[in-house]
Amino acid sequence: MVESIWSPVRLTLELAFVTTLLLLVVGTPIAWWLSRSRAPWKEAVASVVALPLVLPPTVLGFYLLILLGPNGPGGWIAGGFGLPSLAFTFPGLVIGSMVYSLPFMVQPLRNAFDAVGERPLEVAATLRASPWDAFWSVAVPLARPGFLSGIILTFAHTVGEFGVVLMIGGNIPGETKVLSVALFDYVETLQWREAHIIAGGMVVFSFAVILAMSLIERRMSRARG
Amino acid sequence: MSERVGGIVASFAGRLGAFTIDVAFEIPRRGITALFGPSGCGKTTILRCIAGLQRLEGRLQVDGEVWQDSARGIFLPPHKRPIGYVFQEASLFPHLSVRENLLYGARRSGTRSDGGRGFDDVVELLRLDALLERSPGTLSGGQRSRVAIGRALLSRPRLLLMDEPLTGLDLRAKEEILPYLAMLHREFSIPIVYVSHEIAEVAQLADHMLVVSDGKLVASGPTAATLERLDLGSVVDRFEAGVVLTCRVVEQLSAFRATRLDHRGQNLVVPEIQVPIGTEIRLRVRAREVSIATRRPEGISIRNALEGTVSEIVEEPDTAYAEVLVDVGGAKLRARLTRLAVHDLGLKPGQSVFALIKSVTLDGTPAQALATGVSGN
Repeated sequence: MVESIWSPVRLTLELAFVTTLLLLVVGTPIAWWLSRSRAPWKEAVASVVALPLVLPPTVLGFYLLILLGPNGPGGWIAGGFGLPSLAFTFPGLVIGSMVYSLPFMVQPLRNAFDAVGERPLEVAATLRASPWDAFWSVAVPLARPGFLSGIILTFAHTVGEFGVVLMIGGNIPGETKVLSVALFDYVETLQWREAHIIAGGMVVFSFAVILAMSLIERRMSRARG
Repeated sequence: MSERVGGIVASFAGRLGAFTIDVAFEIPRRGITALFGPSGCGKTTILRCIAGLQRLEGRLQVDGEVWQDSARGIFLPPHKRPIGYVFQEASLFPHLSVRENLLYGARRSGTRSDGGRGFDDVVELLRLDALLERSPGTLSGGQRSRVAIGRALLSRPRLLLMDEPLTGLDLRAKEEILPYLAMLHREFSIPIVYVSHEIAEVAQLADHMLVVSDGKLVASGPTAATLERLDLGSVVDRFEAGVVLTCRVVEQLSAFRATRLDHRGQNLVVPEIQVPIGTEIRLRVRAREVSIATRRPEGISIRNALEGTVSEIVEEPDTAYAEVLVDVGGAKLRARLTRLAVHDLGLKPGQSVFALIKSVTLDGTPAQALATGVSGN
């Protein structure tokens, strides 16, 4: 019984870890561009990035399924390479989670980059740092609170998602059956003990995440003086 | 200037919002040049253009190297220009210690061992040794400024740009920094461009000045000669307008806590300045502190009466005031009088007069009566 709970736990953590890591790579340049660009249409891009905040996850999951399914463009491209479609697979789940959690990574990062401002980078430039050098040696360290918030929020949000997972991943044990889906399963089959373990665990986990974040933020602002 | 064009030759033109800049100027390769003008006149923008932080149409040549030529599509990005830039707020990196701040530019400009200024020299010169391991957030305003200056120097600049490094500092911090700025000019043979809207700072520090108003260059030249001009009243706050006299210390009147100075053969007595005999110092004399007498006055508490001739009188229409320029042994003194006084005394150009300097003007802090070290340069 308990082993059947561990499989979704491991899968969930794996999914959250991979999603957070990839979003860090994808979200940082997007956040930087949103913070620095003077393009008039950048707010339109920002709105697209923020869409998952307000869309019902099932709507998102539905479009992703269409996109990645065997008959969608994603499946068609995958088929061209002789690969199966990504729908109802772990990689498909990762892509879905990334889209779903994108604003949770980009928003804190963009705010942090905005807060850094132009001046430290100008100072770096007058001290012979190239823009690439200045980004790593000045912008990233100064935006550290944003990175921490983004990582924690993305991780936690991915752990808790349900709608997108169900639509694109389905309910395949060991492949796409994550905690939220497992909980739904247990409730449907009236396995209250397991349901309690998962639900209670999620409450404790969420509490710990929020507490950790506020503690980190307080320590950061104190260190900065 | 004959075989190789030294110094800075620049011209910038462009719009920034509703503001237009259109300037062309030259800056000599030695000494401190002040970019002077009222707030919002465009002097910081000009400095940013020299640094490459702001891009306007124009041309910029430094020691014969072209850094910008819009006509030929040349624009050297700021990190490739060998400059040091001291921003208005010290702008230290908050995530690095003082030592790491100082080394940030030093590491990126490559260390040099052929007699160039090293880390230890700069630390010693600016007295930073006790601050090295501290975080910028714990420093006072004056300390932050010193670190920022040191950081800029350690990037081995061929040109030092300073944007009002004293603004926002209280009087004490200003007096802490001023001697260092005067020293930079002696110790480092790099030209300095110094932005300021404080005439007193300019008078003390600068050898040359460019006067900017409303995005245009209205005057340029050696500081003393430029400050003597009466036509810059709209740019220089009338209340602060004045000239600089270069004097030499000839005697310490210790019993009276006073110092006797020589100014081209005439004597001045000022409150004690503790420097060796023979030192050249600059005194700033505000026009409003100068009175005129047609005969040598007697029985008067003012000790300083310089003999000279009136060279120019400018009456300010619609006001009670006039400015009189007095030639004192070749140097010029400005006096701000009422038009009534000019009329009653019958002042005319060419007339012999005595310029009375109220001693309070010369009641300078050490910083105001700064040793400029002209001879040691």
